Amino acid sequence: MILDRIVSRNPERAGSAGGLSRRRLLRVGVAAGGGMMLGLSLPFADGDAEATEGEGFAPNAFIRIERDGRIVLTMPYVEMGQGTYTAIPMLIAEELEVDLSQVQLEHAPPDAKLYGNPVLAGVQATGGSTAIRAAWAPMRQAGAVARTMLVSAAAERWNVDPASCRAQSGEVVHGPTGRRIKYGELAADAARLPVPGNVTLKQPEEFKLIGRPAKRLDAPAKVNGTAVFGIDARPAGVKIATLAQSPVFGGRVKSVNDAAAKAVKGVRQIVRLDDAVAVVADHMGAARKGLAALVIEWDDGPHARLGTDDIAAELEKATLGSGPVAQNIGDVEAAMAGAVTRVEAIYQVPFLAHATMEPMNCTVHVRKDGCELWVGSQVIGRAQAAAAKAAGLPLNKVVAHNHLIGGGFGRRLEVDGVTRAVQIAQQVEGPVKVVWTREEDIQHDMYRPYWLDRMTAGLDHKGMPIAWSHRYAGSSVIARWLPPAFNNGLDPDSTEGAIDLVYALPNMHVEYVRVEPPGIPTAFWRSVGPSHNVFVTESFVDELAAAAKQDAVAYRRALLDRSPRAKAVLELVAEKAGWGQPLPDRVGRGVAVQFVFATYVALVAEVEVSNDGAVRVRRVVCAVDCGTVVNPDTVKAQIQGAVIFGITAVLYGEITLKNGRVEQTNFDTYQMLRINEAPAIEVHIVSSSEPPGGMGEPGTSAIVPAVTNAVYAATGHRVRKLPVGTVALKRPA
Amino acid sequence: MGEATLALNGKAALPALLNKGGGGRCSCLGDDAMAFTIDVNGSTHSVDVDGDTPLLWVLRDVLGMTGTKFGCGMALCGACTVHIDGAATRSCITSVDSIGKSRITTIEAVGATDAGAKIQKAWLDREVVQCGYCQSGQIMSASALLASNPRPTDSDIDDAMSGNICRCGTYVRIRDAIKHAAQST
Repeated sequence: MILDRIVSRNPERAGSAGGLSRRRLLRVGVAAGGGMMLGLSLPFADGDAEATEGEGFAPNAFIRIERDGRIVLTMPYVEMGQGTYTAIPMLIAEELEVDLSQVQLEHAPPDAKLYGNPVLAGVQATGGSTAIRAAWAPMRQAGAVARTMLVSAAAERWNVDPASCRAQSGEVVHGPTGRRIKYGELAADAARLPVPGNVTLKQPEEFKLIGRPAKRLDAPAKVNGTAVFGIDARPAGVKIATLAQSPVFGGRVKSVNDAAAKAVKGVRQIVRLDDAVAVVADHMGAARKGLAALVIEWDDGPHARLGTDDIAAELEKATLGSGPVAQNIGDVEAAMAGAVTRVEAIYQVPFLAHATMEPMNCTVHVRKDGCELWVGSQVIGRAQAAAAKAAGLPLNKVVAHNHLIGGGFGRRLEVDGVTRAVQIAQQVEGPVKVVWTREEDIQHDMYRPYWLDRMTAGLDHKGMPIAWSHRYAGSSVIARWLPPAFNNGLDPDSTEGAIDLVYALPNMHVEYVRVEPPGIPTAFWRSVGPSHNVFVTESFVDELAAAAKQDAVAYRRALLDRSPRAKAVLELVAEKAGWGQPLPDRVGRGVAVQFVFATYVALVAEVEVSNDGAVRVRRVVCAVDCGTVVNPDTVKAQIQGAVIFGITAVLYGEITLKNGRVEQTNFDTYQMLRINEAPAIEVHIVSSSEPPGGMGEPGTSAIVPAVTNAVYAATGHRVRKLPVGTVALKRPA
Repeated sequence: MGEATLALNGKAALPALLNKGGGGRCSCLGDDAMAFTIDVNGSTHSVDVDGDTPLLWVLRDVLGMTGTKFGCGMALCGACTVHIDGAATRSCITSVDSIGKSRITTIEAVGATDAGAKIQKAWLDREVVQCGYCQSGQIMSASALLASNPRPTDSDIDDAMSGNICRCGTYVRIRDAIKHAAQST
């Protein structure tokens, strides 16, 4: 059975910003009776080497070489499917000169000083497709520093010139004599050497790992049930709780009748909070049964009548005014006056839930003098801080254990679930795991914002755009999440994909009006700003091409002379997709090009629209230039996954409010794309030596307009409001 | 017993409930104390829970076998899939009192079966997993498919697998891995 969980080694130290030699270790390697390990070693560090603490070699916060030879890497970015627990080890191992099969991994503890993300203002966060961009130089440097010191230690021991030694597969080899010594045997000596200030990094032609497909290090544990997600935490004596939160955001509990719930076998306790009620039980079955038996009366509060239409109307009004200028090129007004053709459109995108497969959960043990939590978080430091605040404890009294994440997509960049769990745990003796039902997860998410965009363009006599005006309104997630990055009414997320377009537009004006909707919280969601902006801009470019009666690829290509990498991916995707080749009736191809998250993507979707208006995406071809590729197989996997994620959004995704309540509840009403609907997806990677770009999100923003543009090609109907509906797409009688 | 998943229009998927008939396995210990004895991965366990408790929570919270995952609680996503007498079954809607003497196999032991081992290997060969949370259920559904149908067609794969949601979107590789596993038989 799977008994071994996360072992907390030094609870009193793990929460501090102090030493880096030892923290909690993740142990997952024990196969169940009859289970198989498929002959692959598990990458996660085993806690049994605790005895060697203090005797190993830890030249930085990311690498620890034990005297027993184990090489333990601490992961500054958390694994949520994007492959970072393989790519980061590749960067370190490349310079450290170890094989991937030799390393073990551990989750980083909360410590922004050591593990802050330089691309995200130093917040210890995994998000925004930033990990490889952030880690590219520092992780290789970390490996090179350690290798240099190990080589020095060996040279000293042999009394030879370090230049005559080389590192290789976890050993130092003396070239002239062929003597070799393992890193573990050098650990104690290396630990006594000064850390070098300057190290030389390999040239790309010397790479052995970077750029070659590597097997995911987290895969074996994920195919045999031993991988430990936050929801799998089981500290001794843990009880299970589930909860009902006010169905209207901002509402309060008026009364609770818990007599029937308390009578349910296995229910231990009912916890009442201001705006939620939780049932604590021996197991989730009893907790859910108890929850269903509760009779709760709510005071709905100020948003009791709120509907999505109210919010959309507010946003539309806001786009009639003016907002801070996100980008201005030339003189749009003058150019518009001289335009031969004027094109106008309003676009809208809905609120979206994350619907991570692992529902929201957090396990907490509140004691008088401290608090311990087990959670899968994209921001483990913020999780720790939220717990400290909720429990009224100093930060160093909160121990936070991070876990593998069963889907993040931005949901776990938020810590509302941690705060909630601590509020409940404060009233419970011993540890309690708070698990949200799927219904709570969907109805109390923090949602991708609703955005509304007003577009106007002027075309010259050749049909080319001489004026481009874009004003949009919606929530700024950054303004709440990272206030210093919200300046003069603008932030880098809400504008990404709306400004700095790949196209050469001589006159361009973009304004963003921040409007925070009442009664519904907003948050990051896979590809966030671009998930909206790229849909709008790439749909509108398609509209301009149509107005100019030009081919969608040729029209774009003509605007890409100043963006050779964008042009290259567009040409590649057009060729691979067979752009221009004839298609059957009601089948169409759509294209989109973008540069977001520091990566160029061009994508062609081929869709089929049935007579009753149902859209099926049957083939997707993608060309990607993400600069230097670390793990090519992950690049492909991320495009494949992001495309599926985006198709779900474009075809089905919509969260609506009625009387202040989210109307969708579970996967029957908030539908996900399934395997029988999944298209064939081809990914073509452009070879590049530019610095790496982000890969977790670009596919999601690109597929959305590619699909709607393909719907236009198939039916002549332009989709300006997501998700794609079926009514307007029915074959005319 | 055949594959127990029905896909409706690709829009919703429901597992066919394995109806084992009620009663049978419980031994009455008192007025409201009932214990059920179930066979999980070849071991018998006695659990003292209400008879309508879904098997999922018995596995995860009572027996501590967390490889089987919670996703929806309504048999809509397949994350909780286990085998009952070899048939893929959604444990989140399978009450413990419906199981009787049937043999339950979970992700922790499916590798001991021929089809399960092949599927797990194919999953690694084809690098299927991303976040991995749904993959226990995917592997259980795929193993049941392969055990009953050594050469599944695309349509067979759709039928058997469309009840399993993957939010990371690993479908392309799941299909490929099942075919790869089938070729190795």
